[in-house]
Amino acid sequence: MIHLENLCRHFEVGNQIVRALDEVDLEINKNEYVSIMGVSGSGKSTLLNILGLLDTPTSGSYVLSGVSTSKMNDDEMAHIRSTKIGFIFQSFHLIPRLTAAENVEMPMVISGLNPKERKEKVDNALARVSLTDRSDHRPEQLSGGQRQRVAIARSIVMEPDVLLADEPTGNLDSISSKEIIKLIEELNKGGLTLILVTHDTDLGLRSDRLIELLDGKIVTDKKN
Amino acid sequence: MRFYDLLFLAFSTLIRYPLRTLMLLIATSIGVMAVILLTAVGEGARDYITGEFKDMGTNLLIVMPGKNETTGGGSPADLAGVAPRDLTVEDAISLRQIEAINRIAPIVVGETPAQFNGLERSVPIIGTTPSFLAVRKWEMESGNFLPGVTLDRSPPVCVIGKEVESELFGKNNAIGQWLRVGDRRCRVTGVIATEGRAIGIDVQKIVVMPVSLATALFNRPSLFRIIAEARNTWEMDQIKKDIIRIIKKRHQGKEDITVIRQDAVMKSFDNIFDVLTMALGSIASISLFVAGILIMNVMLVAVSQRQSEIGLLKAIGAKNKQINYLFVTEAIILSGSGAILGLILGHTTTQVLKLAFPTFNFLPPLWASFVSLIVALVSGVIFGLLPARRASKLDPVIALSGNK
Repeated sequence: MIHLENLCRHFEVGNQIVRALDEVDLEINKNEYVSIMGVSGSGKSTLLNILGLLDTPTSGSYVLSGVSTSKMNDDEMAHIRSTKIGFIFQSFHLIPRLTAAENVEMPMVISGLNPKERKEKVDNALARVSLTDRSDHRPEQLSGGQRQRVAIARSIVMEPDVLLADEPTGNLDSISSKEIIKLIEELNKGGLTLILVTHDTDLGLRSDRLIELLDGKIVTDKKN
Repeated sequence: MRFYDLLFLAFSTLIRYPLRTLMLLIATSIGVMAVILLTAVGEGARDYITGEFKDMGTNLLIVMPGKNETTGGGSPADLAGVAPRDLTVEDAISLRQIEAINRIAPIVVGETPAQFNGLERSVPIIGTTPSFLAVRKWEMESGNFLPGVTLDRSPPVCVIGKEVESELFGKNNAIGQWLRVGDRRCRVTGVIATEGRAIGIDVQKIVVMPVSLATALFNRPSLFRIIAEARNTWEMDQIKKDIIRIIKKRHQGKEDITVIRQDAVMKSFDNIFDVLTMALGSIASISLFVAGILIMNVMLVAVSQRQSEIGLLKAIGAKNKQINYLFVTEAIILSGSGAILGLILGHTTTQVLKLAFPTFNFLPPLWASFVSLIVALVSGVIFGLLPARRASKLDPVIALSGNK
């Protein structure tokens, strides 16, 4: 599913070169539940951005579902993000002026799906996160947990292969956090590959596989 | 992305920031309103001026002495250095043979003191015939306009303007009184009601007398010009040729007059006002571009404010092109609705001005509405491009980690 080989991501900061990812080799299979841990600055967010095609590696190869991403242009990468990858962020990233349903609809709006099909998929996705009764609420009228559920509904509405979650419970209380984790784990059981970035050890230990990064290198890769 | 969705997203942003949107709408609408108002004033001025000409009639021909052209040397007259002949009353009389001419009004102009009952003032004199009244479409306040006067007959009568009446005659009835003009005397037969100017002279200050009396008074036979009124407009070119032919014959074969058509004069005024209105419109258009620059500034700020949203759109699969369209659409909607608001305001204001100043006709030309709308839209696109480009080029990682 995901195959990284000798992948480097270097940033130039002033005269220094920061090796955010340094010769990373990684293989993630379909339907795996992987958590990526590490202290801040270890490169875990950079890895997630590269896996999500938001960032491009300095060198090395990234093959997603058998397709090499290294020669892709911006539009091709946007297409992959649209169809194959779902994102969940720590700060939800909902568009404040749109209702829950409209936020969930956005990926399909961008891909140009016809409105009738969109309506059905939005209803399904909102039912999946148990927010059907909140569909016409704006983000400001929803609690943190509800907002993250809207974001999850948005991430799965295009039926992606991979779900990338960047500290999805970082802004939530413990009860909401449990709900959200339960929800994304259910999605994983439904066949979705789940990659979770976190620095919460309890969360890391729940996953099938735990990868720990330090200074841009994988230092731990173990099955739980 | 579907067109409808694009519009919806752009609209939802504009509604989200009502103050910002309102300010930009006002900026654009003021620009458009300025174009409408200024061109309305320009067109109104044109209407006023051409209206004045139309009052005098478009079927007039004006004959003036002298001709601006270089003639070839070699003719005996040139060698003798003979100056062009003056236009005379006899020339005017000779034009009677042209059947297509309705009326002939010769004009002599001069200035001389007028005196009544010990009061004296210097007055401009116009010497002419009764045809002049009809040709100029003047109105009489009282009495008659030069009764019994023709091109050949000149009884000692005169007509005075309102100011001459009040200054020299005061409360006395001027009609029937003998007014001393220069070294002549003439009986006042009427007072002119019309105000305004004729041949650059204030009508209220003038004394009008028979043409022969005026030539005698100034002791010179030359006419200032002859005004001929054509029976029909379509005959004017023929009349012009006939006038030149007849006068040329009378002036020993020298074509030493100029004949202009009143409608030609009007046409050149029309051209002047074309340029004037365009100039006013262009000046006002500058304010439209200023509004465009304002839109650009505000949108550049908006791009940095909405970084995280742009990042999100990219994360969920938006192509750079789509982000670009989104911002350009916002700019077009802003400038377009600003322009429409400006059109409404501009036309409403001209209607209000029309009520406030009924004598001046405010005429916003149709092209001004179209041009200002198009200029507003074009400046919206042009000035929307830079912010849109900046938004589409944002690095999604940086944008997502940016402000919310």
